[in-house]
Amino acid sequence: MEALKKPVRTIWDIPRPEQFAPGHNMCQGCAAALIMRMLMKVVGKDAIVVMGTGCVEVTTTPFPYTSWKNPWLHLAFENTAAGASGVEAALKALQRKYGVFKDRYIKVVAIAGDGGTFDIGLQSLSGMMERGHDVMYVVYDNEAYMNTGIQRSGATPLGAWTTTTPVGKRMRGEPRPKKDIIGIALAHRIPYIATANPAYPTDMMEKFRKAYETRGPSLVHVYSPCTPGWRIRNEHTIHVSRLAVQTGMWVQLEIENGKPRVTVKVPKRKPVREYLRIQGRFRHLTEEEIQKIQRMVDEYVEEINRWVGEQAIGPVVEE
Amino acid sequence: MTENQDVTRYLGKKYPTKWDEVPIAGIVPWPGNTEELKTHAWRTIKPVIDQEKCIRCRLCWVYCPDSAILEVDEEYVTSKGRRYKVSYKVDYDHCKGCGICAFECPVNAIQMVPEER
Repeated sequence: MEALKKPVRTIWDIPRPEQFAPGHNMCQGCAAALIMRMLMKVVGKDAIVVMGTGCVEVTTTPFPYTSWKNPWLHLAFENTAAGASGVEAALKALQRKYGVFKDRYIKVVAIAGDGGTFDIGLQSLSGMMERGHDVMYVVYDNEAYMNTGIQRSGATPLGAWTTTTPVGKRMRGEPRPKKDIIGIALAHRIPYIATANPAYPTDMMEKFRKAYETRGPSLVHVYSPCTPGWRIRNEHTIHVSRLAVQTGMWVQLEIENGKPRVTVKVPKRKPVREYLRIQGRFRHLTEEEIQKIQRMVDEYVEEINRWVGEQAIGPVVEE
Repeated sequence: MTENQDVTRYLGKKYPTKWDEVPIAGIVPWPGNTEELKTHAWRTIKPVIDQEKCIRCRLCWVYCPDSAILEVDEEYVTSKGRRYKVSYKVDYDHCKGCGICAFECPVNAIQMVPEER
């Protein structure tokens, strides 16, 4: 299967052949599986997948089985981007010295979870972006270390319950807000940065395609609900991702050469209560704490609107 | 996936049976062979598509995380005379029964039915 050439405008532009095999051990209703499936449909066969440890790595490759139909390389948490830059440099050297793959363009796709990107792999990611390797980096962000049993990571949002931020008299869930990985990537002045969401598959695939076509480092930050870790029902995966966009908790951004754009505009924003009440990890929140999160989201949305220079995300409208 | 498939090899390459047949450095030379692993035992409820109600919007196929909804070129004529070029079938070997398809279906053409033996 070749890489996607034309833009994905409607659902019918998504190619039918599968490049990611079914039968992996990901949980029922896991959004990461959906993201990988859509990603592999975009990048096709001419790609080398470099994967850091995480849910997807563990569940798709139980030896001697693999879900991947591409060349695939396993790496540890901390050196995903370092390994990806090495593969890219080796490809370049092979092309220069021996003239292999002269007529083909081969992309290096690095995939890691939020733990392998926000916390442990940040130094190698920073190095990769700074050196300008031609690597497409995809983060699937399920907002904690779900594979090892729901420990908090830098991506855990404010107030969320995890096993290392328990809820009791002294501690009311995660005390700190989420780390701004987009801001960190932006500080490296890389050509393409985007945030994507599986509830909007055409938008997500279009961002993957643009990242694929970028010559230079690109980062796509994908929101990925986790059914056991977030304490949500299996069928609510896509519903929760859609609510995250509609309440302003997640903004669909695209930054091409430093120019920001909101791809999914929300004229009427829903209150964050709807998003928080559906998830078991936020069930301990009192009305006061919900108002605190609402104020935080309001400030964030205002900041985004000021940055893109238009009213991309509208005010809260109670129904 | 057929019933009498050879389980000792995939894509013509034999699986290791002894320790010295295992590929060097843990290479897996069988791309995409997890499709042999059947995950149907995970589910307690199974989706059933009502072909009469289905409007072929493709959303269940797009949102399925396990590629368990198959898009086949099969013509279907509803009782009202509407002609569709594609049909959607469920791959019951890999469906884990999460219910995303039934939840996201805009016309409620997919029902989650309890699995019975």
